Amino acid sequence: MNAAFAWLFDPEHWSGPTGIPARILEHLGYTSLSVLFAAAIAVPLGAVIGHTGRGTFLVAGLSNGLRALPELGLLTLLVLLTYVGLLPVVISLVILAVPPILAGTYSGIRNVDRAVVDAAHGMGMRSSTVLLRVELPNALPLVLGGIRAATLQVIATATIAAYVSLGGLGRFVIDGNNAGPGSPDGYPQMAAGAIVVAVLALVVEGALALVERAVVSPGVRDAARAGRSARMRRRPTGDVVENPI
Amino acid sequence: MIEFRDVTKQYPDGTVAVDGLDLTVEDGKITVFVGPSGCGKTTSLRMINRMIDPTGGSILLDGKDIRESDPPLLRRGIGYVIQHAGLFPHRTVLDNVATVPLLTGAGKRAARARAAELLELVGLPQEVARRYPPQLSGGQQQRVGVARALAADPPVLLMDEPFSAVDPVVRDDLQQQLLRLQSELDKTIVFVTHDIDEAIKIGDRVAVFRVGGRLAQYDTPSALLAKPADDFVSSFVGRDRGYRALGFLTATGVPVAPVATVPAGGEVARAREALVDGWAVVVDEERRPLGWVSAETLSQMDGSVDAEQLVSGGSLFEVDSTAGTAGSLRNALDAALSSPAAVGIAVDGRGAVVGGVTAQTVLAALADARRSGEVPG
Ligand SMILES: Nc1ncnc2c1ncn2[C@@H]1O[C@H](COP(=O)(O)OP(=O)(O)OP(=O)(O)O)[C@@H](O)[C@H]1O
Ligand SMILES: [Mg+2]
Repeated sequence: MNAAFAWLFDPEHWSGPTGIPARILEHLGYTSLSVLFAAAIAVPLGAVIGHTGRGTFLVAGLSNGLRALPELGLLTLLVLLTYVGLLPVVISLVILAVPPILAGTYSGIRNVDRAVVDAAHGMGMRSSTVLLRVELPNALPLVLGGIRAATLQVIATATIAAYVSLGGLGRFVIDGNNAGPGSPDGYPQMAAGAIVVAVLALVVEGALALVERAVVSPGVRDAARAGRSARMRRRPTGDVVENPI
Repeated sequence: MIEFRDVTKQYPDGTVAVDGLDLTVEDGKITVFVGPSGCGKTTSLRMINRMIDPTGGSILLDGKDIRESDPPLLRRGIGYVIQHAGLFPHRTVLDNVATVPLLTGAGKRAARARAAELLELVGLPQEVARRYPPQLSGGQQQRVGVARALAADPPVLLMDEPFSAVDPVVRDDLQQQLLRLQSELDKTIVFVTHDIDEAIKIGDRVAVFRVGGRLAQYDTPSALLAKPADDFVSSFVGRDRGYRALGFLTATGVPVAPVATVPAGGEVARAREALVDGWAVVVDEERRPLGWVSAETLSQMDGSVDAEQLVSGGSLFEVDSTAGTAGSLRNALDAALSSPAAVGIAVDGRGAVVGGVTAQTVLAALADARRSGEVPG
């Protein structure tokens, strides 16, 4: 472990195009690209399914089906089918990120108080206005929860980019592995890479929590809190099932 | 005017919620739909703003079939208040109320100014405007719901059990306020409740539904109490209906007899002389009643009449004043029955004692009203 920290804090490893900062930026690049694509697909899809109640089977089916695919196998397949490069990596990360965002958005929309949606229609909002101005703002905590879960998975999994000779923090893990046991750039480099991935995940998690605070309406935060305590009061036995997101 | 013409609603599962409904809702009046759970009140109400479409018959709003209107546009001209208010948790109270004006194209500033006016109209303090709905009490949320429904000044207001989720004291408050608002605004209000007392209290006309979505009786509250159409209606209207019917007859015909009064702080000896049938009403400087004294209570006071040692009085009733706020026969009878001296105290518009009534005089007045045909039945 000490060797890992020694490797990690070696100034030589903090500069240049193969240094830790450059790798972090690459890693964040793959991550944000993939999560953005995934959100662009899953948020509208989940919102429309939740709003109309049509295509609910898609949510369950996609989540289970996509989760069952081993990422590495999928990646290998895509690499063989196309070519080595960014595209197959991003596609497989998008496939990984879609299910949690889809599920979060869908359940977020479904969980909006029916009376609120009813009132929105009753006041004369058009269906699209109800979705955009009422359902989505109220679903935001769960939508963002889905995005957070997806981002964490993608950060952890983006190490696979290194398998197809791209950059990112996976490089340290792969290169460390290739350097073999005993080498100073072997095991310590691998462990250092893993540590950086973990720290990066924590930092991004924190940043997303801040974003959530900034964009979710205080009324919705209060409502979520009130609803949660009401649920707990109803079930004092301790079998409270909190949403894991 | 809203006309139901042979309206039927059968849900896809086969449930007939409303069956051949023929009914006309008059302009500027409060029409109440009342009936046991599942009798189709909500369904009937929601067909008016096309939240539900009938499977048979037609509904006319001011002579025009509502099927010809685009539902969102139709709804912007019809206020809608529901049981749990359904306020938008993500918007401030002010922005909740501004919703429909914004939808109909008002500028943000104008919509908010209008919203602030309405919050005042429904009796909410200024500082509530910037809060979010989850931070309000149930009663406050309901007021905001009413304000939101009125914001675009729609001629029609639909209310589905708006006050049934709040406690009785708050409910009473909200009902009074609705009546006060209505006396200023003259909206065409359709109000759904399962509470017959609420229906009788606020309705100009009451439609009693029976399960299966059929109209059992459509009448004024007093006619409903006096002449229920059948056993279903009479059992639904409930006990004490004869007594409650007195609430619809003003006490103007009841002769008010002089009543003995003594001033608070006056001499006990003089008060003793003033007693009539052993009792007198103690009044303050403005002749407002404070309570009763008898020979026995006076014997426990030394010197002057002590306002702290009175026998508390019964309810009061107001005789016809210039404000036209005369009490009902029910008020008069209750005043007599609840008084320790068996004399109900009659007060004027300012609350000063003008005389007393006994249960006998109230009942005699009722008999006169019956003979002259003022009271059906
Ligand atoms: N969407 C629906 N699908 C099938 N049946 C329905 C639906 N909505 C209402 N019903 C049925 O139609 C009947 C009338 O319902 P409605 O909600 O109009 O009653 P209500 O008089 O408002 O009752 P409550 O006092 O309980 O609110 C009931 O038997 C109800 O179960
Ligand atoms: Mg109902």
